Amino acid sequence: MANAAPGADTFSKLLVRNARLYGARPAMRHKDLGIWQSWTWSQSLELVRAYAVGLHRLGVKRGETIAIVGANRPKLYWSVMAAQMLGAIPVPVYADAVADELAYVLAHADVRFAAVEDQEQIDKIQSVMQRLPKLEFMVYDEKRGLRDYDHSRLRSMDDVIEDGRKALAGDPAVAAWLDNEIASGKGSDPSIILYTSGTTGTSKGVVLSNEGSIHAATDTATFDKLNESDVALAYLPLAWVGDHYLNYAQGMVSAFCMACPENADTAMQDLREIGPTFYFAPPRTLELLLTRVMIRMEDAGLIKRKLFHYFIDVARRYGERILNGQPVPITGRLLYWLGNILVYGPLKNVLGFSKVRVAYTAGEAIGPDLFNFYRSIGLNLKQLYGQTEAFLYVTAQPDGEIYSDTVGPACPNVDIRIADNGEVQFKSPGMFTGYFKDDAKTAEAMTPDGYVKTGDAGFFDEKTGHLKIIDRAKDVGRLKDGTLFPPKYIENKLKFYPNIREVVALGDQRDFVAVMLNIDLTAVGSWAERNNVVYASYQELAGHPLVYDMIAKHVAEVNRSLAADKIMAGAQIKRFLILHKELDADDGELTRTQKVRRGFIAERYAPLIKALYDGSREADISTEVTFEDGRKGVISARVKIRDMQTEPPPMERAA
Amino acid sequence: MRAPIGPEVSAGDVLLSVEDVSLSFGGVKAVSNVSFDIRKGEIRAIIGPNGAGKTSMLNIINGFYHPQQGHITFRGKTRSKMQPHEAAYGGIARTFQNVALFRGMTALDNIMAGRTLKMHSNFFWQLLRHGPAMHEEVKHRQRVEEIIDFLKIQEIRRVPVGRLPYGLQKRVELGRALAMEPDLLLLDEPMAGMNLEEKEDMSRFVLDVNDHYGTTIALIEHDMGVVMDLSDRVVVLDHGIKIADGTPNEIKGNQAVIDAYLGVAH
Repeated sequence: MANAAPGADTFSKLLVRNARLYGARPAMRHKDLGIWQSWTWSQSLELVRAYAVGLHRLGVKRGETIAIVGANRPKLYWSVMAAQMLGAIPVPVYADAVADELAYVLAHADVRFAAVEDQEQIDKIQSVMQRLPKLEFMVYDEKRGLRDYDHSRLRSMDDVIEDGRKALAGDPAVAAWLDNEIASGKGSDPSIILYTSGTTGTSKGVVLSNEGSIHAATDTATFDKLNESDVALAYLPLAWVGDHYLNYAQGMVSAFCMACPENADTAMQDLREIGPTFYFAPPRTLELLLTRVMIRMEDAGLIKRKLFHYFIDVARRYGERILNGQPVPITGRLLYWLGNILVYGPLKNVLGFSKVRVAYTAGEAIGPDLFNFYRSIGLNLKQLYGQTEAFLYVTAQPDGEIYSDTVGPACPNVDIRIADNGEVQFKSPGMFTGYFKDDAKTAEAMTPDGYVKTGDAGFFDEKTGHLKIIDRAKDVGRLKDGTLFPPKYIENKLKFYPNIREVVALGDQRDFVAVMLNIDLTAVGSWAERNNVVYASYQELAGHPLVYDMIAKHVAEVNRSLAADKIMAGAQIKRFLILHKELDADDGELTRTQKVRRGFIAERYAPLIKALYDGSREADISTEVTFEDGRKGVISARVKIRDMQTEPPPMERAA
Repeated sequence: MRAPIGPEVSAGDVLLSVEDVSLSFGGVKAVSNVSFDIRKGEIRAIIGPNGAGKTSMLNIINGFYHPQQGHITFRGKTRSKMQPHEAAYGGIARTFQNVALFRGMTALDNIMAGRTLKMHSNFFWQLLRHGPAMHEEVKHRQRVEEIIDFLKIQEIRRVPVGRLPYGLQKRVELGRALAMEPDLLLLDEPMAGMNLEEKEDMSRFVLDVNDHYGTTIALIEHDMGVVMDLSDRVVVLDHGIKIADGTPNEIKGNQAVIDAYLGVAH
């Protein structure tokens, strides 16, 4: 049911359509007081209409902005809908934003009204009130703790809705006026302003239009065959493009039910109770879930544990192929069938994945092991690539064409090209109309012929035709011979090995790629214990010849996978070394968010880098370290360097 | 259902008063000649150095200890001896210095246990879990869910409390006390052993309970910052003797209190 009805070019018109076509089907669920409460599409429409009238009576006008601050709660989604019904533009803000960020967004978006979740958000906003001269009124969902607040500029959403309801009941002209408001909404009107999280400087308000959002959501909902019987759990931040797109926009377009968790901490339990059919999780969440399962399995009884590992192994061998519809021997199918009854089914049930038909992950590179694990137990996990400016989707993997290292081909109606510097640029139906009040930045983000610059470097994989994202465009360098050198792509490939903790890849303006890496003391330490390797410190273990052999095997594998891509083949690793100390934020080598600080490391480890490129077999280094109590010391070491064989690129091999 | 002990008391009036109470264990005088009152709707703090007799005082109020001398007036009814279950029926609930929960039971069941006194269907219906018993259970569960929502512990509803961190156990214990819908809530060091964030959360809950349910609260606490921020009036005990009684500001400047806490040169 994904094709938008003719004339439904705004979200309000979609809401009216859904109430007409699917009036008795659930539109929204929310767990409250331990019970799942439901609202049908017609109830939602009635509520939103009353809410819109109530807001209008408070003074909300067409074209102005209204802030939405809080967690995923039905009333906040209805606030979005009510604002859109009046032609006002909702501006969702992250619930966990600190007061300062909140003040910036609210001031920049010129909001006069704010719909907020609870006392916490009101307190936060009131603490920065002097920076928000335009803010006049706040409506809130949760009234707890607010009894003694000055209510001259505050009102509970319930009261506003009730007020609107009375006005609608009292005067038929009000209903007619509202119908007219809905009808006069145009597809080109802005539907929402999403502020980027601001990892690259101050946050920018991305303006999206009704029409664009609906077109994009219609395309992807058709792509994944979403319909009114689907269910999604809205547990990701309301202000994030992902939630707004995947749940709100797709939900409106295909009329599926959006469930709101009881609170942020119960999301995992609620997931299990609701059993969504459409699911999104960033790789980190998937990793966390898997770790939790593995830890619990280690505590299980011997028989259960053996059974689990045996069938997970079966899944690794056959699961992926069964999911992709590839030929599998009959014994494999039989074993997988048995495994499904004994292990995968119950496991998916515990994780809340039993009914998931389509699952996506995105946001960062996902390790092949992690990705394949979920796919092998029968979860249709796929990758997509997108950004706020595109209204999320740029590429997505179609069913049956899934690879852990690609993000899929362009979505329907999306046009992608790779610029000369390797940057991915796109044109899409859902792409933003501009940054709010910032034409200069808008111009900066677009090419003269109307493509959006993503800032990410990537290339199309020759075999599959899928896009591969390799790094931020500004971080991508070139070797002396002009070969593309994406440091993060190479580092991530290595970091997917549990034995490797940190990697620094070098190569920009040099003859070849070399890497310096840290081993993971826990993983390698337990390997050492099992293999009778004796060591006293990280430094000793890192320098052990057997450890070097093990890491060399990993590097060789990475080289092989790099060689498989013609574009990446030249960026194979020729030499590597294992650093004598762990990179540490206390020493300024990592940021507090555990990102490698390249510039600083290049300076600090200059003798090692010099040795990597002058052919030496080993190098001496002494570095100052800061202990946890703030004292400083010096570590000196002689670090060995290992040479690697490189694989021929695919063309030469074919010749 | 048993009638509540004594008539209803309106806000601001004295809900409970302790008159000239003394308690000793053998030769040790835990509390001597202490008098003070608790007004309806206030947060009353009882403070004092270690061994000052604070917990003994709470135990006297909720009928666990019987004072050798003096008497207690609760809701206008005076007595010198009261059994703990009478106190519970009368609307006094408490939490303990060391968490006293059913460790193997879930948070939900622990809080449900607080409703026991309000359950009236007979044993056989309860055994069958049918008819009036089921009806009643649904009603009580509703109240318990409101408390769970109030204390924001939805995510641990089904977790055995023994597996919970200490701060959360304290919160469950508060939930169980609230489930009794008490008129007077006695909190024995609700913030002991908590980190700053947990303390701030707990303070917020104590204020919210007072504000939302209108519950009168008597609390023992060591953290002076917490006491000064939360309470309306403070009574200070030292070696079982009341040395001061007044608003937080009055107490702050009181020389006897400063001496008791910091010690004096003799």
